[in-house]
Amino acid sequence: MRKMLVVLSLLLAAASTAGAQSNPLLLNAAGATFPYPIYSKWFDVYHTAHPNIQINYQSIGSGGGIRQLLAGTVDFGASDGPMSDDQLAQSKVKILHFPTVLGAVIPTYNVPGVSTGLNFTQKAIAGIYLGTITKWNDPEIANANKGVTLPNTDIVVVHRSDGSGTSYIFTDFLSKVSDDWKNKVGKGTSVNWPVGLGGKGNEGVSGLVKQTPNSIGYVELIYAVQNDIPYGKVQNAAGKFVKADLAGVTAAASSAAKDMPDDFRVSITNAPGATVYPISSFTWLLIPAQIPDAGKRDAIKDFLKWMLVDGQKYNEGLSYAQLPKIVIGKESKAIALIQ
Amino acid sequence: MDGAAPPEAGPRALIDSLRHGDEIAHIITLTFAAGILLITSLLVYELWVNSHLSRAKFGWGFFWTRVWDPNFDNFGAAPFIYGTLVTSIVSLAIAVPLGLAAAIFLSELAPRKLSDTISFLIDLLAAVPSVIYGLLGIFIVVPLMRTTIGPMLIGSLGHVPIIGQFFKGPNYGVGFLTAGIVLAIMVVPFIISVSREVLLTVPREQREAALSLGATRWEATWKVVVPWARSGILGSVFLALARALGETMAVTMVIGNDPKIAASLFAPGYTIAAVIANEFTEATGDLYLSALIELGLVLFLLTFILNGLARLLIIATERGGGHPS
Repeated sequence: MRKMLVVLSLLLAAASTAGAQSNPLLLNAAGATFPYPIYSKWFDVYHTAHPNIQINYQSIGSGGGIRQLLAGTVDFGASDGPMSDDQLAQSKVKILHFPTVLGAVIPTYNVPGVSTGLNFTQKAIAGIYLGTITKWNDPEIANANKGVTLPNTDIVVVHRSDGSGTSYIFTDFLSKVSDDWKNKVGKGTSVNWPVGLGGKGNEGVSGLVKQTPNSIGYVELIYAVQNDIPYGKVQNAAGKFVKADLAGVTAAASSAAKDMPDDFRVSITNAPGATVYPISSFTWLLIPAQIPDAGKRDAIKDFLKWMLVDGQKYNEGLSYAQLPKIVIGKESKAIALIQ
Repeated sequence: MDGAAPPEAGPRALIDSLRHGDEIAHIITLTFAAGILLITSLLVYELWVNSHLSRAKFGWGFFWTRVWDPNFDNFGAAPFIYGTLVTSIVSLAIAVPLGLAAAIFLSELAPRKLSDTISFLIDLLAAVPSVIYGLLGIFIVVPLMRTTIGPMLIGSLGHVPIIGQFFKGPNYGVGFLTAGIVLAIMVVPFIISVSREVLLTVPREQREAALSLGATRWEATWKVVVPWARSGILGSVFLALARALGETMAVTMVIGNDPKIAASLFAPGYTIAAVIANEFTEATGDLYLSALIELGLVLFLLTFILNGLARLLIIATERGGGHPS
């Protein structure tokens, strides 16, 4: 009897350890749609390098990602906007933010007779979206575009109807450059737009702008580049008109990096610097600071290390901007905070 | 029969009735019917419970507040209720005359083979997914509205005293009227197929009696056949209304998604289904989510009330002499 018990317990012990090694580790994540293309690329490449680790990412939206993370149904989340203090307070464990890639928002327009790029001052964009600037030949727009004949027509404003990180970045920029905007509308993934038509998704906005003469809308840089959509220049904090490109976006992050708080919850719109593109933003992975499961914890930490070095190499291929070296350095140190 | 009933009479009777199938059929169908009621009640319960934050904060004011501001946590259902009702009414105003006329043609005036072929095609139309109609709306109806139909209507009706209010203003192509047109295209197949079926069931004696009394073909159809099928036709109209109220994707693509109340049919608007589809996934605040769920509850109530009215109307019609379908 005793011999049988000893043999059984030895067998069980052997079986459980053997089981732990041969079982694949599955991590569940959910959140932002904006970085979905680069995340799927990363998770796929990482899985090929580490066949026993599988990361399953569902792009249900930043709001969904935050909610599922707080509910504990996913191992980590992703969001285009940082979590607010209220949201962080709701979590049982501390949540760490790790920026992964950079994105930018550009103004696209359809003005009959205008084929050159237009320059938009900060006041112009704020005024157009507040509804105070209503005509294309308004002095605020015309003075920045000397030599271009702008028609005396009403501006048709287009914005996003669905909640999105793109709207968050855009309204964050507007809140910084216009006190009126900050007080009346504020920043968020969905806001109470004073004027304008709503299009669903980047496709909806660009579709409406393409179809409607005298219209202006905002879309993500990646979308504009991949679909060959013409867009204008935006004036940055230094007063220069910058056309969005990956270098300008990375410059925005570098410039903001010096004063970045340690938890990386920073907005980099309207960052100082002559080459900076002002409507840029990080997108973050939201990782719990305490992960009880050792296997999951090590896998997540390893993935983050990989992402900061090797993962960044894939960014430009998919039109995402890379993180600047300063930020990568800070994040590498922050990985140690995950216990 | 002796006084002490043998103990197996009870079980024996039960086994007999089970073998005949009546009891089982009764129980099974009752279970499924009760199941539907149960699911619906669970749905309402969930909507009610999850919207309690919003109901507590806004109360009845939710129905007439016109603001929808996620940033400052101020939510109101008025623009969405308005948009839902306006688009549904416009769609019915276009679809009912069209659908009824087509149904009359297919049942009364067309040769049987033509009628069968066309109704088969129309039934196929009813099965097309709504996103396709949305694309139809974006690529065909919106440009048409902006370049041709809009200016025509504004030019001709914009200055008429009372009706002109509905045909004024800037015309972007998207708006209440465009959404109404797309919805009308979507619901017309329902009206046509159900009305045609109902019209075909009108007994021949009715037509023949009318014709023998000297009525023309049209008089017989309009004054005798159609009133006979009144309740069935009304039923098809309310089926169409139910689809129009809940339609999401096609509407959000062509309505402009602007939560404002405006008299002009060319103005952009918003419907309940569209705003829930657009904003639900990204809604992070608890009050925000609760407000969206309360909107769902409002839509459910709206559909419930309108269907109740439909039932009452059909009962009234039957009392007035229409044949129950």
